[in-house]
Amino acid sequence: MVEHIAPKRMYFFVFGSLLVLTLLTWRIAYVDLGPWNTVVALAIAVCKASLVALFFMHLRWSGSMMRIVVCAAIFWLAIMMTLTLGDILTRNLVSPSHGWQSPATVSHTALPASP
Amino acid sequence: MHNSHAVVAEQFDDRVQQHEASSLGMWIFLATEIMFFGGLFTGYTIYRNLYTSAFETASHLLNAKIGAFNTVVLICSSLTMALAVHAAQTGKRKRLIAFLLSTMGLGAVFLYIKFVLEWHHEYLDGLAPGLHFTYAGPHASRVELFFCFYFIMTGVHAVHMIVGEGVMTVLLVMAWRGAFSPEKYNPIEMMGLYWHFVDVVWIFLFPLLYLLGARF
Repeated sequence: MVEHIAPKRMYFFVFGSLLVLTLLTWRIAYVDLGPWNTVVALAIAVCKASLVALFFMHLRWSGSMMRIVVCAAIFWLAIMMTLTLGDILTRNLVSPSHGWQSPATVSHTALPASP
Repeated sequence: MHNSHAVVAEQFDDRVQQHEASSLGMWIFLATEIMFFGGLFTGYTIYRNLYTSAFETASHLLNAKIGAFNTVVLICSSLTMALAVHAAQTGKRKRLIAFLLSTMGLGAVFLYIKFVLEWHHEYLDGLAPGLHFTYAGPHASRVELFFCFYFIMTGVHAVHMIVGEGVMTVLLVMAWRGAFSPEKYNPIEMMGLYWHFVDVVWIFLFPLLYLLGARF
C-alpha cells in the first residue's frame, strides 16, 4: 500500500455531513436574512467543498506538493476575484480626474445599463 | 521489452514516486480547471453585484427543489466513487465494478434531471437566451443575462460530467479485465479526484444559481 487507506466508516460520515449541509443550505434559502443569505450559502458551500477535498479527495493525507498546488490555485483565484471586484465595486466612488475624459465619453464607456 | 503488467513504469524509481507524480499531475490539471471555472464565477459575481434584484428574480424562476435533489444525487455519486477507490485499494474487483457502475448511473440520473427536467422546461418556458426567450417582466434583458450565465455554467459542468462518464466507461472495461490491483490502481484514484472536483464545482453552482436571495 502506497497511500493511506481511509476506513469506509469515514466516507459514510462525510457523506452524511454533506447531506445535512445540503438540507441546511436549502432550508435557509427560505428564511429572509437579507444580504446574509448569500454569505451563509457560500459559507456552507465552502464547508462542503472542504469536506470533499480533504476526505474524498484524500488531501488530508496528501503530500505537501499537492497542498501547494491547491493553495496556489485558490490564491490565484482570490487575486482575480479581489482585483476585479475592487475595480467594479469602487468605480462610482472615485470620479475621473478633471480633463481625463469628457462627460459624454464617460457615459459611453460606463458599464452597460441595460433597459 | 517493457512489461505492460509492471506495477512501476520504467521512468519511476518506486511506487511512492509514481503515485506522487500521477497525483501531482492530476492536481495541477485540477488547478487549471479552478482557473477555468473561476473566470465564469468572477463574471457571474460582477453582474450579480451590478444587477442584484434582476438576478434574484431570475434565480427564483429556477426550481430550487430539483436543484437540491440533483445536489444530493451528485453527493451520492461522490460517495460511490470514493467507495470505488477504496475497493480498488483493497483489491475487491467485483465491488470496484459495482461502485463504478453506480457512480455512472447516478451521473446519468443527474444529467437526465439537468437536461430533461430542467433545461427542456426552461426552453419551453421561454427562458433560453438566443433560442426561445419570451420573459417580459421588468429588466428582461438582465434576466436574460442571468440565463446566459446559467446555461453556460451548468452546460460546461455537464460537459465535464459527460467526459467523466466516458473515461469511467474505459476504466470499467479495464476493471472488468482485471487491470487493477492493490499495487496498481492509480487510474481509479485519478478518476476519483476528477469526479469529486466536478462535484465541488456543483456545490458552488447550486447556491449561486438557485439560492439567490430569500425565497418565499
